[in-house]
Amino acid sequence: MRSAVVLFPGSNRDHDMVKALYDVTGFRPTVVWHQDATLPDVDLIVLPGGFSYGDYLRCGAIAARSPAMLDVARKAKAGVRVLGVCNGFQILTEAGLLPGALMRNAHLRFVCKEVKLEVTNDDTDFTRAYRKGQVIRCPVAHHDGNYFADPETLARLEGDGRVAFRYAEGTNPNGSINDIAGILNEAGNVLGMMPHPENLIEALHGGLDGRGLFESVVRTIAA
Amino acid sequence: MQVRVTITLKAGVLDPQGKAIEGALRGLGFAGIDGARQGKIVDLALAETDPARARAAVAEMCEKLLANTVIENYDIDVLG
Amino acid sequence: MFQNDIDITPELIARHGLKTDEYERILRLIGRKPTLTELGIFSAMWNEHCSYKSSKKWLKTLPTKGDKVVIGPGENAGVIDIGDGDVAVFKMESHNHPSYIEPYQGATTGVGGILRDVFTMGARPIAAMNSLSFGEPDHPKTRHLVAGVVAGVGGYGNSFGVPTVGGEVRFHPRYNGNCLVNAFALGIAKRDGIFLSEAKGVGLPVVYLGAKTGRDGVGGATMASAEFDDTIEEKRPTVQVGDPFTEKRLLEACLELMQTGAVVAIQDMGAAGLTCSAVEMGAKGNLGIRLDLDRVPQRETDMTPYEMMLSESQERMLMVLEPSREAEAEAVFRKWELDFAVCGETTDDLRFRIIWQGKEVADLPIKELGDEAPEYDRPWVEPKKAAPLADDDIPAVNDVGAALLKLIGAPDQSSRAWVYEQYDCLVQGNSAQIPGGDAGVVRVEGTSKALAMSADVTPRYCEADPFEGGKQAVAESWRNVTAVGGDPIALTDNLNFGNPEKPEAMGQFVRALQGIAEACRALDFPIVSGNVSLYNETHGEGILPSPTIVGVGLLPDVTKMATIAFKADGDEVLLIGGHGRHLGQSVYLRDLFGREDGTPPPVDLALEKKNGNFVRGLIAAGRVSTCHDLSDGGLGLALAEMAMAGRRGVRVELGDLAPHVAVFAEDQARYLIAVKPDIAAAILADAEKAGVRAERIGTVGGDAVDFGAAGKVAVADLRAAYDGWFPAFMGGGLA
Repeated sequence: MRSAVVLFPGSNRDHDMVKALYDVTGFRPTVVWHQDATLPDVDLIVLPGGFSYGDYLRCGAIAARSPAMLDVARKAKAGVRVLGVCNGFQILTEAGLLPGALMRNAHLRFVCKEVKLEVTNDDTDFTRAYRKGQVIRCPVAHHDGNYFADPETLARLEGDGRVAFRYAEGTNPNGSINDIAGILNEAGNVLGMMPHPENLIEALHGGLDGRGLFESVVRTIAA
Repeated sequence: MQVRVTITLKAGVLDPQGKAIEGALRGLGFAGIDGARQGKIVDLALAETDPARARAAVAEMCEKLLANTVIENYDIDVLG
Repeated sequence: MFQNDIDITPELIARHGLKTDEYERILRLIGRKPTLTELGIFSAMWNEHCSYKSSKKWLKTLPTKGDKVVIGPGENAGVIDIGDGDVAVFKMESHNHPSYIEPYQGATTGVGGILRDVFTMGARPIAAMNSLSFGEPDHPKTRHLVAGVVAGVGGYGNSFGVPTVGGEVRFHPRYNGNCLVNAFALGIAKRDGIFLSEAKGVGLPVVYLGAKTGRDGVGGATMASAEFDDTIEEKRPTVQVGDPFTEKRLLEACLELMQTGAVVAIQDMGAAGLTCSAVEMGAKGNLGIRLDLDRVPQRETDMTPYEMMLSESQERMLMVLEPSREAEAEAVFRKWELDFAVCGETTDDLRFRIIWQGKEVADLPIKELGDEAPEYDRPWVEPKKAAPLADDDIPAVNDVGAALLKLIGAPDQSSRAWVYEQYDCLVQGNSAQIPGGDAGVVRVEGTSKALAMSADVTPRYCEADPFEGGKQAVAESWRNVTAVGGDPIALTDNLNFGNPEKPEAMGQFVRALQGIAEACRALDFPIVSGNVSLYNETHGEGILPSPTIVGVGLLPDVTKMATIAFKADGDEVLLIGGHGRHLGQSVYLRDLFGREDGTPPPVDLALEKKNGNFVRGLIAAGRVSTCHDLSDGGLGLALAEMAMAGRRGVRVELGDLAPHVAVFAEDQARYLIAVKPDIAAAILADAEKAGVRAERIGTVGGDAVDFGAAGKVAVADLRAAYDGWFPAFMGGGLA
């Protein structure tokens, strides 16, 4: 599986993502600078976590307007799979590739801890290695992960099965509406999520629950 | 030309920072506070000298970058 | 209009924190009256913060050499060899005064400064830690300081992208007027890829990199060397603002540039920015430096040379470059959207010359600025030591379970999750142990080895006996590194004390340093970097003497590591180092009886070494993976923490020992390990052979920490008390 990771000034989990992709897929992803107007042809584009542009103005707002993002939008429309994690999720909403917005955590503090995620839909390109209803462990690390969408958008997301992950067992760390941790676009090829599956993929991390997400994409591509 | 953009959260969008401010003010003994909402101000210095054209240009900036219209409103003041 | 040649009045000299005899020394050195800019430069170079004038005499006595020490004190950070051509680069530094004035920005710039110290040397930061001391919880300023400092530490480190893997937080009334914010960072480099500040070669370009210069922090280093009084609120404007986004780009740009071979020398701009960095580069290289201030990137208009030379704007670097590589270097910095300006050159005249608007505003002998700084042998007296307690002066409790519950929910022993959950402890994907255990552990990328690190000091011990307290701080850090399986290599220190001009406070400093030195020698644990923060005093009351130690050790194989959590019911719990008897200065007396008296537990360094080496051997051999050192709160606290972490209880047999003494004594050099029952006997036999006291004291299982007839307490109740204190103190909110 070929993949690309887009690097913005201020990205800081790009390295973790590159390692995870290499570890799970066996192929080293291409790292693309945000000023590059064209991304290589790949099966998966990843927008990594971090603080692009220092989270200034709004998280992800400035990165969403970079040259590379124009090509990400084009490729997403053409069906290429796009994964945005944490700051990457924020960038996707700011770029209009996913609905809603990520607001300041309800308790106003940065939060880094392990939470539980329920796999709400296992019939997606990003979740098919999990079972529907399965509860997995996953760390979060963010200041602005409080998902918000207007009632109509929310009804559509829920009705169409586009909520991929939900915080489970009372572990919602940020006040997200409907405990939403990750959502898909209408076509199902773009996933944004706040938790960090790339930080739970080897024994050193104390668990392997994050691998399923990357394995799902590999399985989808192979099929 | 100086233009001030005021960005506020839309009504109905939860504003945890505003809530914290409200709580803190109450804690300091200020009575009669019915609400607090936090926003931000961006001051722009533009080469444009025509107020109407400046306003139009800034409106486009707001739509494209300065405000997230999913959750935010903006207000443009041409200060001269 | 800026007047450089004004009359230097006694009042002006005093405002620069210079004493009359120090000014006379300046006159002798340069043979004329200094200009205003020159006076500013001297005040920056000769204040306590930069010159170490009160502490130098004693710092020289510390052991700084060892087989694995590559670079000791004197550079931006210390460097140790961790095998395979890799080195670890680390240091700790205080930002106490700025944090008290503006907690968020004070803490961010503290973290930013220490990260810069590490990557200036060519190392990528892979771990951060901190040690925070605040006033009593009920003091009106404490919550505000805790909230601001913690958010600031997190705000900077999280955005920069370095995992914060450990630290400590304590409360004591003696920090009411002076909080302590000590920030530590550690980076990894190749041994042949280390960069130094020493300039080499005449006529080479001196390049300014990073953020622009503003008026922030003008006089900051002078502030860090002054006692606080009621004018503190007015000092607020001198606080600098940190920008982790710029620093992250500066890191990437510097490391990218270093790879090209274009960098001859590099120095970050910390306290007294341009002045200290330029003087350091020139003086170390036996070269002069000429700076043209009109070329320095400026954020504000009409800045005077005085302001530019003293500005403490953050995220700035000075480099000496290979002239032929200038364009290449500039391209790297432009790519990262950072300022790049050639603003001077190296010269052969050993002068520090400052040009502004075509005029020379300063011309000083560069070596003497640093080397001829005053050095004091401050008078000191043997500090008063606390008197030992008589055995019958120690009250007992009926139920050690209830006492344990109370201690675990007290301000200093309760969970720090409220704090460390605001720190990203996972970024980079190499964290093997995050806050909550004995030490932070981070894998060295691409290898199976890992580094362990722990920040420690017990200020109440240091107050009661600075010498023993100094020893204890080193020993505890060594013990914590050992308890996860690390082989302790070297340490960095952050020496926080009161006013050195008071013989009593100076005596605490001297004796604590002597204790530290003795422990370092005995444990073969040299000091490779450090920082001194004096004048931590408000209205005449000093802080508790607080020499923070961060020890660093190597785990050759990260899969052979111990954690504190009990792992399985039925495991046998062994106590290494025997039961304790010492309750002087214990948290038992302090938190249950409101008494801070008695002598601190003495530290037997030979015993530390013997017991620690035995425990480390068990972990390295893969025989033990559950271990916890005994420190504050003794056996009881350690058992409670192991039970909570493992979510299972433990049954303990105390025999005919006095329960409150056995459970809460704080004797040193002790560990708890839990092992499979089938190897317990063999380990006890090995201990006997090694001359190490070891005994079986209990079994893992049940849902309580159960001392039999002496009392018991449910793990769930311990957890509730442990988790509850901090959020309740800070006003609750969503977990």
